[in-house]
Amino acid sequence: MKQISVFLENRPGSLYEVLYKLKEEGINLRALSLADTAEFGVLRFIAENPEEIVEKLKKENFAATLTEVLAVGIEDRPGGLAEVVGILTHQNISIEYLYAFVSPQGERAYVVLRVEKLAEAEKILRENHIPILDKLTI
Amino acid sequence: MRTTPLWDEYYELLPREELEKIQLSRLKKVLIRAYHNLPYYRNKLEERKINPYDINSLSCLSHLPFTTKEDLRQAYPFGAIAEPLRNVVRVHSSSGTTGTATVVGYTKKDIESWSELAARALSSYGVDEEDIIQVSFGYGLFTGGLGIHYGAENLGATVVPASAGNTLRQIQIMKDLQITVLACTPSYALYLAEVARENNINWKESSLRIGVFGAEPWSEEMREDIEKRLPIRAFDIYGLSEVIGPGVAFECETKEGLHISEDHFLPEIIDPQTGRTLPPGEEGELVFTTLTKEGTPVIRYRTGDISSLNYETCACGRTLVRMKRVFSRTDDMLIIRGVNVYPSQIESVILSFEGVEPYYQIVLTRENFLDQIEVQVEVAPQFFSDQIKVLEGLKKQIEEKLKTELNLSCEVKLLEPKSITRSEGKSKRIIDLRKKEEIS
Ligand SMILES: [Zn+2]
Repeated sequence: MKQISVFLENRPGSLYEVLYKLKEEGINLRALSLADTAEFGVLRFIAENPEEIVEKLKKENFAATLTEVLAVGIEDRPGGLAEVVGILTHQNISIEYLYAFVSPQGERAYVVLRVEKLAEAEKILRENHIPILDKLTI
Repeated sequence: MRTTPLWDEYYELLPREELEKIQLSRLKKVLIRAYHNLPYYRNKLEERKINPYDINSLSCLSHLPFTTKEDLRQAYPFGAIAEPLRNVVRVHSSSGTTGTATVVGYTKKDIESWSELAARALSSYGVDEEDIIQVSFGYGLFTGGLGIHYGAENLGATVVPASAGNTLRQIQIMKDLQITVLACTPSYALYLAEVARENNINWKESSLRIGVFGAEPWSEEMREDIEKRLPIRAFDIYGLSEVIGPGVAFECETKEGLHISEDHFLPEIIDPQTGRTLPPGEEGELVFTTLTKEGTPVIRYRTGDISSLNYETCACGRTLVRMKRVFSRTDDMLIIRGVNVYPSQIESVILSFEGVEPYYQIVLTRENFLDQIEVQVEVAPQFFSDQIKVLEGLKKQIEEKLKTELNLSCEVKLLEPKSITRSEGKSKRIIDLRKKEEIS
């Protein structure tokens, strides 16, 4: 699955500018995370038609890029996330970052994972019967 | 070694001994004219009890008083013009960034010499009658546009006087008229390349081959960058309105310094602090004496540009002295925490990184009596990463390289693309927010 990342300058309003642009374009965010340091931030999100969105953002002078990520479903119970992370850790696959969200139905939670060895991670998770999503339709 | 023709074979290949004879006889004349026709300079000579009729060798030059921009300002409007106005066919004016304007007058003969000098430069880059040159320097009081314009016409090239501004139209003209030579400021060339890229212009279909850039200091890295973005060989042209305009000095194919047209201008390098003349090869402030100019002759005019002189005969065969490319000026030297810094040093560092755009801004502030320097750069969209550590790494690498080059810790701030204003002429890169009264 493709994630969109957008560079955010450290100044008031920079997040709003991106979100406003997305709203104008009628883009629905399926999942989102905001990483920031003292100096700048990176907004990461999942939405439909990511290629198109990145092109639109670039036209508006945002630094935006696509990254291949894994979205996996986990059971919404204590230890659900630990299980997935554990499987990857055992196989020496390091996780760059992740963010989780719970579906409105409340039975499942989802985790977006950015790993270095993506194909390998996908294979291992499948072997361990962890559901991998091609699309987030919540 | 030389593949492009000499425009003026006699003067461009003149042995130094003969050149110096011509220079001395011209220097004597210009001094006497200045003594009689320029009251501000006559006063300077009289204050120092110098009789211009006593000058009998080129080495006497170092005893003569300097002319400064301030002298020309005080002479506003016509005090620096040595001819009756009826003989003056044109004036140019430069305002600079501070203070009153200076007015420079040209006689018919001055305009002719200038056209010859600009043609010499263009010819050295390989421009000829077949070329179509787009002059995107500003036309008007500024000498850039008209200077190149007359030179190119004199050479027989086809001139498209586009002047500055309206970049999309400029690109359209370049395509439609099959422009082969572009003349503008280097920062405008970069801007033009960027606008072209955004509009998916394919340079493969263009006839463009030569770039003539000047009017602001630019680094070797900037040259590489321009040559990467546009299908051209980029050449430096040097000049300033107080001396004549573009064409005072020009690069040859070797790109190892700019040949000064010494039959018209006598160069010196001085220590900007003491005013002492420095030997060849040493770096200092460039000073010019005009040898042929009638309208506004200047004696030992302090340009504020930092350069050095190389008298070795060039691989191209020209005997004309070469000045090192001007990367900085005495007045844009920043003193930060007691360290001397030229913006061009910062530019070189920034342009050596692929992850940032070739635009930058330097913001100086003072916190607790300590100077803070922030270098703002734009993240290049194609190098942007979703990973914080990559961006932080980039920031850190730039900071480290700045520290090594400048001997000074700088804070690098990553900005969104297009945050820094693009310039269509000379660009404003320094924002000094330090309170002046605290400095002394
Ligand atoms: Zn040469």
